[in-house]
Amino acid sequence: MSAETVAAIKASFPRVTDRPSLDHPAFNAPADDVPEILRALRDGHSFDFLADVTAIDWAQGANPRFTVVYHLFSTVTHEYLRVAADCPPGAEPEVPSVTALWPGANWHEREVYDMFGIRFSGHPDLRRILMWDGYPHFPLRKEFPLAGIEAPLADADVVSETGVSAKPAPMAGGPFVASSGEMNLTEAEPRAKDESWTERREKPGAD
Amino acid sequence: MVTANTELSYNSKIEGEVVVSRADAVINWVRSNSMWPMPMGLACCAIELMAVASSRFDIARFGAEVMRFSPRQSDVMIVSGTVTYKMATALRRIYDQMAEPKWVIAMGACASTGGMYRSYAVLQGVDRIVPVDVYVSGCPPRPEALIDALVKLQDKVKRERSARGLFST
Repeated sequence: MSAETVAAIKASFPRVTDRPSLDHPAFNAPADDVPEILRALRDGHSFDFLADVTAIDWAQGANPRFTVVYHLFSTVTHEYLRVAADCPPGAEPEVPSVTALWPGANWHEREVYDMFGIRFSGHPDLRRILMWDGYPHFPLRKEFPLAGIEAPLADADVVSETGVSAKPAPMAGGPFVASSGEMNLTEAEPRAKDESWTERREKPGAD
Repeated sequence: MVTANTELSYNSKIEGEVVVSRADAVINWVRSNSMWPMPMGLACCAIELMAVASSRFDIARFGAEVMRFSPRQSDVMIVSGTVTYKMATALRRIYDQMAEPKWVIAMGACASTGGMYRSYAVLQGVDRIVPVDVYVSGCPPRPEALIDALVKLQDKVKRERSARGLFST
């Protein structure tokens, strides 16, 4: 069923290309065609549920730098489908919004904008959704450190009274990440990878 | 008939029951036994906070049963949960709206130190933005631990010099 859907989409949208996938059928689509492709999938192929909109940051300097990923679900056949769209290169990546197709895409796209800085043209209300208005960074971009970058808080009154700003978090030997692979769960627990430095003792070799 | 008035002390049979005390002790007694919490429930610690307020643990026994969702009517803010930077400014504003005297309990690892969230989004301890009186360890703390914190806070309030400045002009 999904294979037929992909074949039909490829027939009507010649710029669609195959995308390797381990689980669900997937294909690459040019960003300009995404609203039309998703409309065809929703209206013609029963992929009527937009499960997720997310994005990938490949790396600084990579081409393409960002890929927006749509996960569709069919409530009729109970199948998933993945559509990936590379953002056009440029300082401000931008893809068309699909809020006209699914109102639920609104907050998904706001989250992608908040975390990656990808703009969605045609979005009715493209504001940050997790970080506060005026936050100068996009935290899930590759160049953004997990600990964060110092940034002013939103409320000027509170800032002038307390002098508090968003500061880099002390990683203290972290990041605290789980290990994957063939090991028991106790060893795979999230823990500090490097115990040789703390908040008070600088990381050796760090500049 | 006239008799010599030989009573040197206060006669409670005539004037009624009177207890002599210090202003500090009276004020602190009143304050510490009716500390109305401002439930700043931000994460899973708030579930334990609800348990503390409910029948099994019942902080009404310590005079703190009246959870006030208005900062104007509350005395002690219980910060229970992860304080993100986005929430921190709102938290500080709510703290500023509370009437004096006011106290803060940082409940759990996240409110005390940021906990496991070493992250760009999380305030690394609520004491960076409001003054904290009692810290409670745990992730989340047991309800008994929060009751202990409340009792410790009561002890702290009872040691305060509340009447200082009360009678000066």
